This record gives sequence, structure tokens and C-alpha cells, in this order.
Amino acid sequence: MKMYSRKCMEHFRNPRNVGTIENPDGVGRVGNPVCGDLMEIQIKVENGILTDVKFRTFGCGAAIATSSMITELAKGKTLEEALKITRGDVADALEGLPPIKMHCSNLAADALHAAIKDYYERHGKKLEEYEERKKEGLIDGEKSTKT
Amino acid sequence: MNIVYMDYASSSPVDPRVIEAMLPYFSEKHGNPSSVHQIGRESFEAIEDSRRKIASLINAERPDELIFTSGATESINLAIKGLAFRRLDKGKHIVTSKIEHISTMNALKFLSTKGFKITYLPVDEFGFVDPVALNDAITRETILISISYANGEVGTIQNVGEIGKIARDQGVTFHVDAVAAIGKLSIDVRKDCIDLLSFSSNDLYGPKGVGALFIRKGTKIEPIIHGGGQERGLRSGSENLPGIVGFGKAAEIAKKEMEVETSRLTELRDKLIKGILKKTENVWLNGHPTKRLPNNANFRFKFIEGESLVLRLSDFGIASATSSACTSKTLEPSHVLLAMGIPAADAQGSLLLTMGRWTQNEDVEYVIDNVPLAVDFLRKLSPLIPQGDV
Repeated sequence: MKMYSRKCMEHFRNPRNVGTIENPDGVGRVGNPVCGDLMEIQIKVENGILTDVKFRTFGCGAAIATSSMITELAKGKTLEEALKITRGDVADALEGLPPIKMHCSNLAADALHAAIKDYYERHGKKLEEYEERKKEGLIDGEKSTKT
Repeated sequence: MNIVYMDYASSSPVDPRVIEAMLPYFSEKHGNPSSVHQIGRESFEAIEDSRRKIASLINAERPDELIFTSGATESINLAIKGLAFRRLDKGKHIVTSKIEHISTMNALKFLSTKGFKITYLPVDEFGFVDPVALNDAITRETILISISYANGEVGTIQNVGEIGKIARDQGVTFHVDAVAAIGKLSIDVRKDCIDLLSFSSNDLYGPKGVGALFIRKGTKIEPIIHGGGQERGLRSGSENLPGIVGFGKAAEIAKKEMEVETSRLTELRDKLIKGILKKTENVWLNGHPTKRLPNNANFRFKFIEGESLVLRLSDFGIASATSSACTSKTLEPSHVLLAMGIPAADAQGSLLLTMGRWTQNEDVEYVIDNVPLAVDFLRKLSPLIPQGDV
């Protein structure tokens, strides 16, 4: 099959930020083991900034590499900035993914967004930002699953 | 890095003795076997010599019961569609199993769009077809039974003799996909009442791009490739001369060495299975412990996904395969494992290890030592595993 990029393999071999956070501020879980991919992202938020992001993933090489990459992309960003990270950004940061993996295993952005959504809900905040972006189709994950 | 090759079911290297036999037929002995001149006659003789060797491997009564194709996929398509189109007078019902290779599945799917009715027999937890259920599935309309001799994925060897006897008693043509079994098991088309048998050269350490279909004398099929009428009109197109010569040589070697090789592989297989099951937690063998191909071991590991395991093992220098979603083009879990009643999430975590002529004891030991490390690495990442219980 078409090879994974060098960057993708590097993240697969040395995944960053693996594990869980004690008392996380938000947890996002997307995918289903029946389909071959399940991702969990946990976040720590201080003053609107993602101070820690950790992942655990069941899935193929692409699923693991994208999870690892999203933790690097999101860490240190504001929630608003993190919501703007798309599936495409993750794939680009990994120097591309094999075409067959673009939809099935590129769920990391969705998992991060789900964790942020969970954070908002825990704080009783309305998710105007999230819902607005979803409506506009700017949250790539939500958009891609429809197409 | 030395590669420990455990993926013989996907592709096998060509035996150097086969390559040597083929070489003259690329240039000096290049003649068209249909030509009447000397060089053509020599090609004709070379092809007939291969046909005899291959007929002998499967104990066919006559060499002319074999025709050469471009590979097992073509043989299977010719057997199934060729028989179906020929027997339109009798009926449009075909009986098969739920665990057939994709070539059979898709040929039958095509026929189902042309008005054929297909019965897909279930299998038990080991992948066995129940001969009684098969017998019950046959109707007056049934024209063909198509079953694999052994399953290439889980290694289960069917009770072909019993199924053949049912087919013979009921007057139904019996097609057997022997791709996974050829050269590893002693196949006897006469004893097992097989009417059509598909297999390829590469599974015997012969070249790729050549296969054969055994057609029992008296079994009539329609060609699906039309042209110059080669291969008794059943497979037109100039013969793949070097490929056929290599195929014949490969069959000759396989027949001579099968007994010793099969017992050698069986020993390695059992050592591999025992070693993996012992050194890892939450792992099961897919298929039957003994009624399985001598070169096949297939495991499922809980909490992890197969492709990432294959990728990790590749970093350790081990070439393996998974029967799970991601390496296939369909992204579905293996239809074979699902048919055996294995839950979809567990079926995702499968690892297929297939050995062959050049697999050595130290290869097996290396795999036994490294699979647990790869499994452990992935389980540490898995959200399915209970915390602190890796």
C-alpha cells in the first residue's frame, strides 16, 4: 500500500503526550472500536489556554500518528485557536496521509473539539463559538463526515 | 536489517531452481507453441511437460484436464462464471460459504446481479462448513458448489472429501479454490470428487502471473476470454511460456518435497502458536489448533488494532499481515472472522503470520520474542485497556 510519510512514522514510533490527565477539565472520545478506531483526548485548561493535552488511541498507524500530532498542535493554544485546528491541518502537519486514511482514521481534530465541547459544558457555558463554526462548516471534522 | 518474512500467503519468492528452469524460455526458446516450426514445437513440448507435472501434483487422471490462466483469480472467475453460463439450462443456484476468498465472493456477487441465487453457508467457530447443512442447501436448481480447500486467512482445512461426495451424489459440479492449500497439502482431485480446481503458481514458489484450472473430463464450461482458441478454446491468448515452464518446475519440486516440508512447517507452526499464546495475555488463536494449514498462524489480540501491530512489527524487521480493516481496500473487519462469530472489535486486532520454504527455527524464535513487545507498546496507548492493567 501507499507508504506513510516519514513524519507520520516518526509520530507512530514515538507518540507524544500519551496517557491521561488527573482531574481533566475536558474529555473527548470519538470513533468506535468496531470500526477500528477509537480516540480519547483529555485536556487541562487554565485561563482559556490548553496547558496540557493527552491522548489514548486504539487504531491503525494513522490514527495513532494523528492523535500524537494533535496534542502537539493544541498544547499552549487558546480554546478558540484550538477549535480552528482542522483535520486537514493535522494531515498537513504529518506531511500528508495515505488517501484511504484521510476520512477513516483522521479523527484527532474531532476528538480535540469534543474535549473542548465537554469543557464548555462542564462550565455551563454555551458553545456559541463551537456551534457557530459547526454551522459554517469550519469545523472540518463535522463537515467531512457529511460528505 | 534482516527481514523475517512471515507473509508467504501474500507473496512467495520464486525458488532459484524454478528461475533457472525458466531462463532459456525468455530468449533462445521463445517460440509460439502454435507454430509448426522446430522452435514452436519445442515450446509446445515444454508446455505439455509442465501440464503433466502439475496434473501429477493434484493426481489428475489426464494432463489435458488442466488449462493455464493468468493466475488464481482468473481460474476462479473462469470456473464459476464459465460453469454458470454453461448450465443455464439446469438452473441458477450456487452454494458457497461465508468465508470464501474475495475472488469467489465478487464473481458470485456479479452473478447475483444476473439473476443467479447464491446460498452462503455459515461456518462454525473454527471456520468449518457443515456438510449436512451443505447437503440440505442443494436444490434441483443447484448447478455449482464452490468451497475453498483451506482458508488462507485462518488456515482451516475443510472436509473436502465429504463435500465432494455429497456433490457427486447430488449431481452438482464441485469447484474448489485450492490457492492456500496447493503445495502444502496432498490434493487428490479423483479421491475427493473435485470437478474444478483453481490454483496459482506463486503459491508453489513459481512465478507470478500464471495459474491453472483443473477441469474434470466431462465437465463443460464456457470460456470467458475469447480469441485464438488456445487451451482447448477455454482460454485464448498466447501462452505465458516462461511462466508455465516455471509453474511446472515448481509443481515438480513441491510434489517431491511436500512430505518433508509439511512436517517441518507444522513443527514450526506449533512452536510459533505455543510461544505467542504463552508469552502474551489476552490473545487467542483464530481457527482450529490442528486442522489448519501447516504454514498458518492467526491470532487476535484484545485492546489493539491489527494494522498498527503490523507496522510496529515491521520496525522490528518482521513482515506480517492482518486480516483486519485497514490494510484491505474495504475498511471492514475480516468477513472470515465475523462469520466465525468473533466480535467486530476483537476481529480488528488480528495478526496473520504465514511461513514458507525459507522460514527457519530462529525466525520463529525472533517472532515469539518480539510480538509481545509490539503488543505491549500498543496496549500502552489503548483507551480500551483498564487503567494500570497493561
